[in-house]
Amino acid sequence: MSATALPAFRAPNPILAFIRAQPLGAAGLVVILVMGTAAVFAEVIAPFNPEAIDFMSMLAAPSADHFFGTDAFGRDILTRIIYGARTALTIGFLSSFIGCTAGGLLGVASAYFGGRADLLIMRLVDIVLSFPIIVLALVVVAVLGKTAVLGIDLNLVFAIAIPIIPRACRVVRSAALSVRQMPYIDAARAGGYSSTHIILRHMAPNVLAPYLILLTAYVAQAILLEASLSFLGLGVQEPKPAWGLMLAGDSANFYQEAPWMILFPGLAISLAVFAFNLFGDSLRDWLDPKFRT
Amino acid sequence: MLRYLARRVALMVPTLFGVALLTFIMLRVVPGDVVEVKLRADGGYVTTEILERERARLGLDKPLPVQFVDWMTGLVTLDLGNSMWTGRPVAEEIGVRIGLTFQVALMAAFISVLIAIPLGTISALYRDTWVDYVVRIFTIAGLAVPSFWLGMLLLLLLLTVFHWSPPVTYTPFYENPLQNMAQLIWPALAVGYRYAAVVARMVRSSIIEVMREDYIRTARAKGVFERLVVARHAMRNALLPAVTVIGLEFAFLLGGLVVTEQVFNLNGIGRLFVEAVSRNDFVLIQALVMLLAAVFVTMNLIVDVLYGVLDPRVRNA
Repeated sequence: MSATALPAFRAPNPILAFIRAQPLGAAGLVVILVMGTAAVFAEVIAPFNPEAIDFMSMLAAPSADHFFGTDAFGRDILTRIIYGARTALTIGFLSSFIGCTAGGLLGVASAYFGGRADLLIMRLVDIVLSFPIIVLALVVVAVLGKTAVLGIDLNLVFAIAIPIIPRACRVVRSAALSVRQMPYIDAARAGGYSSTHIILRHMAPNVLAPYLILLTAYVAQAILLEASLSFLGLGVQEPKPAWGLMLAGDSANFYQEAPWMILFPGLAISLAVFAFNLFGDSLRDWLDPKFRT
Repeated sequence: MLRYLARRVALMVPTLFGVALLTFIMLRVVPGDVVEVKLRADGGYVTTEILERERARLGLDKPLPVQFVDWMTGLVTLDLGNSMWTGRPVAEEIGVRIGLTFQVALMAAFISVLIAIPLGTISALYRDTWVDYVVRIFTIAGLAVPSFWLGMLLLLLLLTVFHWSPPVTYTPFYENPLQNMAQLIWPALAVGYRYAAVVARMVRSSIIEVMREDYIRTARAKGVFERLVVARHAMRNALLPAVTVIGLEFAFLLGGLVVTEQVFNLNGIGRLFVEAVSRNDFVLIQALVMLLAAVFVTMNLIVDVLYGVLDPRVRNA
């Protein structure tokens, strides 16, 4: 009857379990964490000032001083990539979060109310879905112009978030439809809870798995989209460091003499998107093998 | 089948109307119109009177519902109005560029599908072998590499390895097919990679699923050659979901071209769209959005009709 006779119960460590089940996803997660750390501690890690112009070392090839070389203004490319990670991850997370949350709530509400409201919302979703993502983002950019709050380009965040809303709405709605059939929803209704309460407290927590999967998947999309918009000159503006922006302008003129100018920012974009896709895919398989987007 | 087709075409109308209404509202809710961008571009002072006159000339002073109705009647009669920036008819601006963009898009789609279907099939049939891993890495990378960067790398490669760069001026295909191809094959490859990756992934997963079906076991049990099992029994069923992806991704291919045309300095629809956005040329933006939405909706229709052709269960439902 002593406590020592019983083997101590140990809850399985979810992180270890994930690594064992999804090694590729764990690798993606490691890349994400490394990039995240670089983004947060950019000031400490980056060897130079990202906006410091140095005419003494313009278009310098990769060397011990400048690991990834310098651009047409003599700015250190490695530094700009590290700071660019901050831009990409901030905008990527924010816009995916806003898009998936708004879309997810709309989807849950649509599934909860059903009937005419559901029909109307789904028609609207269909309409918005007939804009290719980048086209809708460009229209939103045209409408919102350029607004930056606290150093974050909010117009850009919304331009990327809005095309995500209908896509997230659709997926979350289909998951919420089965939740809607659960007896506990009927119980909550019988208990006299308001619709808002039921949607937020009873239904939303039960579609958390698809929500999280969408969230990671759309961070990848958002990073890609931010890079595209910045590349077109309609996203992040100079002299702020952003990966897409580093591929635009001068890089286009100099890339024969200075291929490192286009090589490294492009690799950074690809690696980030690759990591988030890998992690998102594994998260999907791990959280719910039946769930496919 | 004909009635089904007619109903589907009729259903396109409300969707496109919704797109039109939404685009129109979005573009009008915010101040800062083309007139200000155009006249204040050089930073000089412009009197409100001049602004007003310019607005009146462009019809921007009319009430919004009137503007919308004007635009809709124009759309129905295929009069898309004049560009607010250049003053030339929008239909003309689009007309001179659309051939190039569609050619690149079609080439990209064609090449990708040609690569993706065998790739996806091989990957599925040799599942969890090294062949499968190579294909999967290739396709996951396809989703991650931005097409405009891939385009830059292609140009760099041609330049450094072959000391050659593609022609910069556009030659229509019927004038000189070789010259035309030499210019347009590269952007097609750059945007096609992602497309091929998406399609190959879809083909792989749907073949894996189909190979588990009972009728595959039946076919094998009655002694059908494995090659025929795959070609006749599995492929037909597995290609259905692939057709959906091929159709739906086509619109995204056009989206990818919006960015990639910049890299290759192609004067196509994508370039026009980016210019229209940076100049707040609402008339042009509206027209281009409608065009792209129409392509998307049409592709949806084609996918649905193809479903009917490929799958008797859908046709007779």
